[in-house]
Amino acid sequence: MAVDSAAMLAWLEKVAGRLHEQRAYLTDLDAAIGDADHGVNMDRGFTAVMAKLQAEGAPADVGAILKTVGATLVSTVGGASGPLYGTAFLRAGMALAGKTALEPDDIEDGLKAALEGIKARGKAQAGEKTMIDALEPAVAAFSAALAAGKDKRAALAATADAAEEGMRATIPLLATKGRASYLGERSRDHQDPGATSAAMILRAAADQE
Amino acid sequence: MAVGLVIVSHSQRLAEGVAELAGQMTQGAVKIVAAGGTDSSELGTSLEKVQRALEAADSGDGVLLLIDLGSATMVAQMALEALPEERRARVLLSDAPLVEGAVVAAVEASIGSDLAQVAATAKDAVTMDKGVGG
Repeated sequence: MAVDSAAMLAWLEKVAGRLHEQRAYLTDLDAAIGDADHGVNMDRGFTAVMAKLQAEGAPADVGAILKTVGATLVSTVGGASGPLYGTAFLRAGMALAGKTALEPDDIEDGLKAALEGIKARGKAQAGEKTMIDALEPAVAAFSAALAAGKDKRAALAATADAAEEGMRATIPLLATKGRASYLGERSRDHQDPGATSAAMILRAAADQE
Repeated sequence: MAVGLVIVSHSQRLAEGVAELAGQMTQGAVKIVAAGGTDSSELGTSLEKVQRALEAADSGDGVLLLIDLGSATMVAQMALEALPEERRARVLLSDAPLVEGAVVAAVEASIGSDLAQVAATAKDAVTMDKGVGG
């Protein structure tokens, strides 16, 4: 079944719920190598997103929902994940503007636009111990699954698996972007909080299926 | 009147303090607007605060945007991108150290220098000699 406005909203609600539940965990990861606010920030951002969508009512245009999510994250998160996830959702929203039901190809377009948005905003690439280390292999896994003829459910599961694998692979990495880069060698042996929240967001999508 | 300054910091108090310190050098001749902290004044940055500050600091001669670190860079860039083109042309994002850069930029702006000159002076603050010796 295609992803319509109601399904998009249900996913966002799941994301908001999980980020709220995992708020202390994300903040603990960030306390080790950053400024100890990632969980608090993501929870605040997605709480604001849900409040806004509930107050205004979600439009049928799925792209418009994603743009609202992006704009709200940019103005409420407070840390670097605000501009980064904000840009990701805004770019996905632009790529999917006017669509009321997303087919798997549309989801692929949205994921690619989101990833490119984050890379452009953060001037970052894979291997720098950031959310990109979870997102890039995840987006590639979604494309590969579709190319192999898998359905949306299987593709989203492969996406979440790849994101979690990428997330765990940040542990030995040296951070060269973001606050963690100030720690130099001491940034090794810690899992990146941004990669962790990115994997949570994508796992929530797989679990919707 | 003069090039304005916007001070972006994760800390509201730090941004206000830098604005106060730089303002002491110019006695109101330069608009120096603090945009620190989140909307609820917690540690962080706020796109809307930066956008409002850009509005308030711009008297037509341009604005130099000074930032502390981390998300301040991306938030400042997003605020710039959101400006209409004719206003974006007279805002520059500075790589200068926040405190020293703000103070020398305020002085430079107060003598009527243009935006490019104010930005160049702020950037040079990174090599400022504090008289420590050695």
